[in-house]
Amino acid sequence: MAAVKLEALTRHDASQSPEADLARKALTYMTMMREVEERIERRLYRQGKVLGGVYVGRGQEAIPVGAGLAARPDDVLFPSHRDLALYLMRGVTPGQIFAQYMGRVGGLTRGRDGNMHMGDLSKGLVAIISAMAASVPVAAGAAMALKYQGRDQIVMVFFGDGATSRGDWHEGINLAAVQKAPLVLFCNNNQYAYSTPLDKQMACANVADRAPGYGIPAEIVDGNDPLAIYEAGRRGADHARMGLGPYLIECKTFRMTGHSAHDPADYVPKQLFEEWSQQCPIVRLEKRMIEEGWATSQEIAQLHERIRLETDQAIEWAEQSPYPDPSTLELDVYETKG
Amino acid sequence: MATTYLEAIREGLFEEMDRDPNVFLLGEDIGIYGGAFKVTAGMLDRYGPRRIVDTPISESAIVGAAIGASFMGLRPVAEMQFADFISCGFDQIVNFAAKCRYRWNAPAPMVVRAPCGGGIHGGPYHSQQNEAWFAHTPGLKVVLPATARDAKGLIKSAVRDNDPVIFFEHKALYRRVKEDLPQGDYTVPLGKANIHREGRHLSVITYSAMVHVADEAASIVAKEGLSVEVIDLRTLTPLDEDTILASVRKTSKAIVFHEATLTGGFGGEIAARITEKAFEYLDGPVMRLAAPDTPVPFSPTLEEAYLPNVDKLVAKIRQLAAY
Ligand SMILES: Cc1ncc(C[n+]2csc(CCOP(=O)(O)OP(=O)(O)O)c2C)c(N)n1
Repeated sequence: MAAVKLEALTRHDASQSPEADLARKALTYMTMMREVEERIERRLYRQGKVLGGVYVGRGQEAIPVGAGLAARPDDVLFPSHRDLALYLMRGVTPGQIFAQYMGRVGGLTRGRDGNMHMGDLSKGLVAIISAMAASVPVAAGAAMALKYQGRDQIVMVFFGDGATSRGDWHEGINLAAVQKAPLVLFCNNNQYAYSTPLDKQMACANVADRAPGYGIPAEIVDGNDPLAIYEAGRRGADHARMGLGPYLIECKTFRMTGHSAHDPADYVPKQLFEEWSQQCPIVRLEKRMIEEGWATSQEIAQLHERIRLETDQAIEWAEQSPYPDPSTLELDVYETKG
Repeated sequence: MATTYLEAIREGLFEEMDRDPNVFLLGEDIGIYGGAFKVTAGMLDRYGPRRIVDTPISESAIVGAAIGASFMGLRPVAEMQFADFISCGFDQIVNFAAKCRYRWNAPAPMVVRAPCGGGIHGGPYHSQQNEAWFAHTPGLKVVLPATARDAKGLIKSAVRDNDPVIFFEHKALYRRVKEDLPQGDYTVPLGKANIHREGRHLSVITYSAMVHVADEAASIVAKEGLSVEVIDLRTLTPLDEDTILASVRKTSKAIVFHEATLTGGFGGEIAARITEKAFEYLDGPVMRLAAPDTPVPFSPTLEEAYLPNVDKLVAKIRQLAAY
């Protein structure tokens, strides 16, 4: 009897620790991202309800989640196209995201743009444009502005390995480095850019190897471990907030889908998918949470169920949202029309 | 004392920086050196490196950083060393800055200053007049002052505007054009053309350095009894269509005149609007005078053949007047 009681008590204690709290948040947002993207990619897209390109971050959820947890609520985020969780963490609802994908008024761009091309300055979320890495110089400028204004917020910008081949990436980092702008750069190195493997993208082994060329620190982390990414993110954020300039974090991971919903990814060796499926960040974290006594498997099952239900409701909400009125076509090109 | 076009821009920038602590400048060699053309001379002393930011040679990052800073509430004024290098920052301008208000309600109030134009023996990469690239992009405003007074009033309006503005400064006008400026804080609104010279028989619709060429040509043909009206558009976006159409309805003849190359130039747009909207007033074809469709050549003989000038315009005016 006594032994059982004790065990219950330790579990209780472990589940109250800050680490447990962090892990629960991480699991919640990773699961939400997975669920929302599953619906978009595997149901709504195939049902023809979602239009245009669909790019998901399956298997990479730990990156936006770990980074987002390391950010302060007033830090400014520049997510890329596989970082959906950052929106959820800043209070964008799944309904708004579905509406965005469906081209409805309820999406963040009110039907003006699609998929992950969305932002909300009031939530510190800046929209990407399609051109890879274009956000990097813009993020550098936002970081310079925060410094100019004497604020202690920082900027976090996200991109893939392929994006690091673009001039904008290099120009942006270099400018931020020279200006010692408070910028943390997160690379999701998922080893493919569309069909192009890393060794055709760059001749160095790691994206992090590029950092010394700009005089900035970099580190490499396990991209499927949100807590490790959180720790790295905290180191980067502290560095930037202390006025020491940009900090690059390379998260090694793998893209567990095609490039987009239309891409079967035949060019990826099957064996790689098999290997990396053992590294699913959600499964890994759940296992650890149970081992550490941070959560029970029952609690985890309940979380999944709750998110499934909320997602169902969100889709219903989005489908109720109207398409934009064609009469609004020419509004907002400029502050005033004419 | 008369103020040059260049000094007028500088004065405008000084006044806007004094007025609004959110205004800052960024670009290559704009600090200690005062900019390739010295437009920003004295700025570093007055405002320090926080507000006068010397950047690496990175046009895309200069424009991108201006966009990011504008999102955070600042009012950046970016300098391209020459308009010819603006193409290195093209994507940031046409895909990022121009579209963010429309896409997600995020205005990018910023100015990109670009010294443009030929006649300084600059060759293919220091002479271009590339405003049409930007006039073709919804979301941007395109400004090309011709006079010192307008240069100051328009740069001030551009800085205060809540949309991204591409501000083309003509290099050949920097020190050649001067006048007494109005006292105090004045602005010239974007989207309002100026009737530079009134006339009755024929309208020349132009902008930037060609305004002065048109004025000279008008003086020459005036001696032959031809009264030419010169419209200085001042901004291509927004375009003051009303002033163009009113002038053409009055004179019944129009020449659209610019230094940029002919095909795909903004003159085609103006000519089309005139024919669409004032056709029944026309007593002749809408004509265009522009540079030929070649790169801007270096050698003086070639550049002279390339650039539109007074003689070419006088010939065109006579041709249309005789219609
Ligand atoms: C400048 C530019 N060229 C081409 C594309 C088309 N494109 C979209 S995503 C992509 C691959 C991006 O790879 P990476 O940066 O590694 O990010 P990932 O998709 O792997 O997360 C390409 C080529 C683009 N968006 N932008």
